[in-house]
Amino acid sequence: METAATPAPSTPAGTAAVAWRHRHLLDVDVVTWPEIELIMRTTDEMKGILARPIRKVPALNGRRVTTLFYEASTRTRVSFETAARNLSADVVSIATGTSSVTKGESLVDTVRTLEALGAEILVMRHGVSGAPYLAAEVFGGHVLNGGDGWHAHPTQALLDLYTMRERLPGASLPGGSLRGRKVAIVGDILHSRVARSNIWTLTAAGADLWLCGPATLLRGMDRWATAWDGGAIPGHGRFNVTSDIEAALRDADVVMGLRIQRERMQGGLLPSLREYAARFQLNAERVSLARPEAIVMHPGPMNEGVEIAPDVAVSGRSVITDQVANGVAVRMALLYLLAGAREAAPGEVAR
Amino acid sequence: MTDRQIMTGDEIRRAIVRISHEIVEKQAGTQGLVLIGIQRRGVPLARRIADAIEEHEGVRLPVGALDITFYRDDLSLVAQQPIVKGTDLPFDLNDATVLLVDDVLFTGRTIRCAMDALIDFGRPRAIRLAVLIDRGHRELPIRADHVGKNVPTSREEIVRVHVAEIDGSDEVSIGRGLTAPETGRAAG
Repeated sequence: METAATPAPSTPAGTAAVAWRHRHLLDVDVVTWPEIELIMRTTDEMKGILARPIRKVPALNGRRVTTLFYEASTRTRVSFETAARNLSADVVSIATGTSSVTKGESLVDTVRTLEALGAEILVMRHGVSGAPYLAAEVFGGHVLNGGDGWHAHPTQALLDLYTMRERLPGASLPGGSLRGRKVAIVGDILHSRVARSNIWTLTAAGADLWLCGPATLLRGMDRWATAWDGGAIPGHGRFNVTSDIEAALRDADVVMGLRIQRERMQGGLLPSLREYAARFQLNAERVSLARPEAIVMHPGPMNEGVEIAPDVAVSGRSVITDQVANGVAVRMALLYLLAGAREAAPGEVAR
Repeated sequence: MTDRQIMTGDEIRRAIVRISHEIVEKQAGTQGLVLIGIQRRGVPLARRIADAIEEHEGVRLPVGALDITFYRDDLSLVAQQPIVKGTDLPFDLNDATVLLVDDVLFTGRTIRCAMDALIDFGRPRAIRLAVLIDRGHRELPIRADHVGKNVPTSREEIVRVHVAEIDGSDEVSIGRGLTAPETGRAAG
């Protein structure tokens, strides 16, 4: 059995035998490239299960998964719960609007209570960046971040990566197969945890990454891109930051729209949604600048007619429904890997 | 610690030929028969049985591969995360007679997992079991229909099956090794 774990995507790592060593998944920044390959391979197997007549295996039989969502969500919560049920886990779902959180219970108290009630894997979404890190400090089981503030959405980045590898011709081969592929992420980068997690995975995969939006919604990104260009994080290439939508989309292999997060818009960031749509909306004309075989992605939920035109969202290039379907498989893979992570042992890392 | 050889490549080959004859005799032909190897070493063994049957019956039986990783009941006990190897069943299991093939029959737990997995794919008419080695120590009421060699062992001993397709050569050995065989799962 092969044991060589290669540190960077420059060497194909598809056959390396990598053990999962993370107790939590809070962001993709601490996940190495061989570990990402392990997630992708495990996801392949989970997709195989989803194609069966009975889409259920007993791998997590008797394990208790609790979803704790402090922010509105349909697809992510249902996706996690479907994934857990497909693995035969018992699922408890908590919507904070109807829980003791409304009586002023603190996050730490809530997490301790859920653990006392038997939760083993906690899937959590919170409006405050870093909240899952606090939960992980007090929770005895595994914490899976389902999105925190502007900070991170690791399962979305991993399902995006999986979908790109699946849908781009020749990209599903093991080892850095997105190398040199142009990926344009367009929209509200500033408030986007999806963009931030995607920056880690896509630069690790060697993609030619472009972030595009109005200057007010790109704040801080150019400094990040410059830092990595200086070799701040080994294995992560630089990425491009621009407000020139045509430059971002020209010859792109992947065009990803991001939701304009109206609930997070403070005064002055955008003149109006109409003006945003006029300058940055992914419409048929703009998307035609991309390569003929380019795919169109969106993490949802979409504001159709704002960041993406309705006809583009349902065009033959759109893989938006693939993203949703792959999300279940990726989350099955992560639940499985986390549940199988060894109990605290030398060499294991805390997050 | 040195291993003791209990089957040579030739003996493995003859056992496979005998099993292939037994299967055809017992099923009164090859009608509706499919072979499914349990990952990993059951898969090449299933292919060899199919080759042998093709040689004397002139019929090529379908061969599939079954990965039972997700059906194991000891997820947290596996020291290293099991590397998933893939299930490939390119045929309809409904009303088929399935011949499960594995290298070693030990506690019977692997076979129980395999039957659970198979039944999720359809409703076979019957499931039979062929193994190269039966080493005893069953923990479940399971027995093999076709056995290459019965080998009395103690629980602590480790039976290592090597097949050319994976290990480069054909051999079965027995030892008192301290490390688990690198089959990716405890022999069961």
